[in-house]
Amino acid sequence: MTKQISAGFRKKRRATFFLLLLLIGPVFVVFTVFVILPVFQAAAYSLYRWNGLGPPTDFRGLQNFVVLVKDTIFQKALTHNILIVVFSLVVELPIALSLAIIVGRGRLKLAVFFRTFFFLPFVLSEVITGVLWQFIYQPQYGLINSLVKTFSPASHVIAPLGDPSTVFWAILIVIIWKYFGLHMTIYIAGLQGIPSELEEAARIDGASSAQVLRFIVLPLLATTIQITVFFSIIGSFQIFDLIWAMGQGDPVNGAETMVTYLYKFGFQRFNLGYGSSVAVVIFVICLTFSIVYQRLLLRERQG
Amino acid sequence: MMAVTTYRRQVVSSTLKYAVCVVVFIVIAVPLYIAIFGGMKSMGELQTAPLSVPLPLVTTMYTDLLLSHVGSFWRDLGNSLVIGAVTLFLDLALCSVAAFALARIKFRLSGLIYNYFLLGLLFPLAVAILPLYLTLRTLGLVNSYWGVILPQVAFQVPWNIVLLRGFFQSIPRDLEDAVAIDGYGPLGFFFYAVLPLSTPILATAAIIALVASWNNFFLPLLVFNDAAKFTLPMGVMDFMGQHITGWNIILAFLTLAMIPAVALFIFAQKYIVAGLTSGAVKG
Repeated sequence: MTKQISAGFRKKRRATFFLLLLLIGPVFVVFTVFVILPVFQAAAYSLYRWNGLGPPTDFRGLQNFVVLVKDTIFQKALTHNILIVVFSLVVELPIALSLAIIVGRGRLKLAVFFRTFFFLPFVLSEVITGVLWQFIYQPQYGLINSLVKTFSPASHVIAPLGDPSTVFWAILIVIIWKYFGLHMTIYIAGLQGIPSELEEAARIDGASSAQVLRFIVLPLLATTIQITVFFSIIGSFQIFDLIWAMGQGDPVNGAETMVTYLYKFGFQRFNLGYGSSVAVVIFVICLTFSIVYQRLLLRERQG
Repeated sequence: MMAVTTYRRQVVSSTLKYAVCVVVFIVIAVPLYIAIFGGMKSMGELQTAPLSVPLPLVTTMYTDLLLSHVGSFWRDLGNSLVIGAVTLFLDLALCSVAAFALARIKFRLSGLIYNYFLLGLLFPLAVAILPLYLTLRTLGLVNSYWGVILPQVAFQVPWNIVLLRGFFQSIPRDLEDAVAIDGYGPLGFFFYAVLPLSTPILATAAIIALVASWNNFFLPLLVFNDAAKFTLPMGVMDFMGQHITGWNIILAFLTLAMIPAVALFIFAQKYIVAGLTSGAVKG
């Protein structure tokens, strides 16, 4: 009797096991092979000098990292990434939040139209955006130069993307142009989750618009803001497409970022060991930041 | 008296808000306008009157591109469509069943496997790209559609699992019991009850995967070296390289390349916004 039960039980367990294997197995394999393994492989390759042909044998320890950290071009790239983070946080997100407050709540006519339209740049691919702005900045035909000529006919032709001292800032404007709409949309979704009774109650108690904003809307939006900050920082460390489409980080590495550096030195020159050390640095930065950020937020919530 | 000042203040405030919106509108609209009409201008007009509406409209550049006399718009579009469609299909097929198992079947490793997938959120494509290229080379997938499709599917997995598992968990237990009484096991429950109920969330996941695939540039850049396989973003870069002095026709190509994404956005706006904001707002 007990034997029968346990045999039946075992059979059922085996059936469940095969079912799970069928359901989870394929995605598990694809995910492991293409997402998880490469990161560990990169960590291993970063210790070698290797051109990717045959097995890596020329073990160099941490030498790749030493060379990397000392390389002024990499330092430049890292600085650019950090600047993108800073400007995303102090320019892009505040713009996004202000616009969300303007078109996301209240009774502005056309709000829905503006909301939709402001999201449009995010829908365009990075490459299309980049090439379009290459034209806007183009010294002969571009809009920027037409404007300059209209307002001061005597001035020289400017080429924002052709000058290593301006190329980064010119691209930074495009980054904000392209991505503010995403953050605005996320804030609008957050705003719509705030019950209108709260705001009405505060109004009845005599609160001004500014007070409602300061004491009700912003505190309730805190979690949403924290998440956009998080994704915006992580995204800033990984930026590639837009930079590549607007001059590949050049001239003279004027707009180099860590990932364009990785692509140039790791892939184009086939220094897979050295390129992997760049990947490891990017990974460690993102991981450390994620952990620290979550710790800070947790502490804040508990404290 | 007080009512009057409040009213006046409201008028001032909403005028200000409109002013801000109009400025932002112009900043976004002007580049798009220039692309659309720049594709209908001669190079001379492009230089002297960048903001004018061209008269007469020169549509030959658009027709040349659409008839494939110049460039390979339709081929690039076709490649993007094939890669996007297969990515989307595989993503949904693989992730929906796995998310279902993680949401509705009790087993010991469930939590661990879920966290394993979550780990992927911290693994950016850029970090994996060099070993990924070697893996694709070993598997013989360089310069093949699958070399782009499989990694794209894989990198979408964590987002899909989070999105779908959360939704599947919210389906009431009673429904599962009711289906069980009719003699169906977990698979019957999945196909006859869960899937039909999940169309909105599946649409959201599908659109997100499609948009990611459509805009992907980094992966095709590594994988494809044969122009016959180029997707639209690759095609745009390639076209620009070949016509570097002909900005008017580049703008025409850009405009055509924009249309599918913008059209998709207009038709599926609800799902796109839902997908992008679901994770962020719930937190």
